[in-house]
Amino acid sequence: MASLTTRSKVLEQTPLNLMERLYLPSIFKGMAITFSHIFKKKATISYPEEQRPFSPVFRGLHVLNRDEDGRENCTACGLCAVSCPAEAITMEAAERQPNEEHLYREEKYAAKYEINMLRCIFCGLCEEACPKDAIYLSETFAPSNFTRKGFIYSKDQLLIPDPNTEKEKYQVAKGLREVHKKNKK
Amino acid sequence: MAEEVKKIKVTIDNITIDVPMGTTILQAARMIGGDVVPPAMCYYSKLQGSGGKCRTCLVEVSKGSEADPRPMPKLVASCRTGVMDGMEVKNMTSPRVEDARNGVVEFLLLNHPLDCPICDQAGECHLQDLGYEHGKEGTRYEFKRRTFDKHDLGPYIQLHMTRCILCYRCVYTADQLTDKRVHGVLSRGDHSEIATHIEKSLDNNFIGNVIDVCPVGALTDKTFRFKNRVWFTKPMSAHRDCKCCSGKVTLWQRGEDVLRVTARKDQWGEVEEWICNECRFEKKNTADWIIEGPTQVNRHSVISQGHYEHVLKPTETFSAVHGGRKPKLLMDIHSVSEVNDPSVDLSLINGSATGEVFNHPTKTQE
Repeated sequence: MASLTTRSKVLEQTPLNLMERLYLPSIFKGMAITFSHIFKKKATISYPEEQRPFSPVFRGLHVLNRDEDGRENCTACGLCAVSCPAEAITMEAAERQPNEEHLYREEKYAAKYEINMLRCIFCGLCEEACPKDAIYLSETFAPSNFTRKGFIYSKDQLLIPDPNTEKEKYQVAKGLREVHKKNKK
Repeated sequence: MAEEVKKIKVTIDNITIDVPMGTTILQAARMIGGDVVPPAMCYYSKLQGSGGKCRTCLVEVSKGSEADPRPMPKLVASCRTGVMDGMEVKNMTSPRVEDARNGVVEFLLLNHPLDCPICDQAGECHLQDLGYEHGKEGTRYEFKRRTFDKHDLGPYIQLHMTRCILCYRCVYTADQLTDKRVHGVLSRGDHSEIATHIEKSLDNNFIGNVIDVCPVGALTDKTFRFKNRVWFTKPMSAHRDCKCCSGKVTLWQRGEDVLRVTARKDQWGEVEEWICNECRFEKKNTADWIIEGPTQVNRHSVISQGHYEHVLKPTETFSAVHGGRKPKLLMDIHSVSEVNDPSVDLSLINGSATGEVFNHPTKTQE
């Protein structure tokens, strides 16, 4: 039978010599390597007391953004939902009423907005598709839950706190995003 | 045939075709089909006198005719120029045409608000397609875009004058389809606007067709306003027995709800048959219609997204294996999700939905 490749090698097994047959030298060599690791830098951290910083491109839980006046940016254009490869995003649009101008930036807004975190693959395509800078992926994980119900995130979980009334919470939610943006420039 | 129509030869982008006398270049190109067809924003084959307004269909005539082979000095609007025997036309193959068309698109978008995320026409908008193909990335326009006083066109039709590109299609529709004209263009130049001179509701039975002919989102269906995005609804061909029109329509459904009814459109985006207001605005129940099947949508259109065709669903083997026992449903999505709530039927709401529609207290808290 012709060999499949020209680069095959024939292995020749030589019988073990005395040193090799004793095994002990090899064992001690291995133990020495293991022992040396005691003095090296630890690869693990004691989570959750200690936490690793996220990379600037980390894509975590979604946040629905507001503008500087605290109005919701989202206009329910559906581009995030159409770009979503996992079909995790659904929404319901409504028209802004004359007394709601301080709540929503555009004529149309998302009355309901839901992301199914079980479906989401955190690819960030929704953020890329959004024409209104209304959705971005933050630097947090979706927390674990015992039931499936807990993973359907609605608007009250996704919306960023109001920058005027809850300034500190807003800054926390914004995270290092602004810093990263500046560093990029 | 009693009279033999004289056929003449015309060459468009090196493709030769015999067409009858009196055909325009655009029509000849459409007979060839494919990529050689120039885009048209204002020309509408079913409306007499339409065309010549938007200049997107400009083509280069490199040889006038067999008798006079000189090229035409300027680019010509193909929708208004008749073909001559032996004429040679360049559309795609001419860099001049490409350049001019880019300029025309830039002009059309000068005053366009570009509010596609809000606009109901997005997804089936001809200006969007055109801008995508020929548009620039950014605008060079530094001034305020024009704005208008709001006009109320009655309970069915929504007018967004800022989006209008003044193609005059709706004016011709109102002129030619309905008995009395209540619709026209006021003022001149930059200030031109489509209006119903006396701000009266348009009560003609076929006036709803102005929505279909509008190439942009200037005239949209008020009964569909903000209900859903076009690409999340599925188009279905349907018909009903209508006294005043053909009754052949496309239903745009979400689940079983009929969110919108439009006339059927051909490959050039023109309606096949006009439909009456009753079919368009009043019949929003699936039971009103005899559904023929899903409408064929171009695979490259955004409307075809999420419409999985020719899908082979595997048969459910669970109950066969477990002696007829149905699988236990772990979670009914409607018990958690507030989107697509079965108790909210958007198709029955007149006009756009407001926040209250969705915040009704019937939902049981678990």
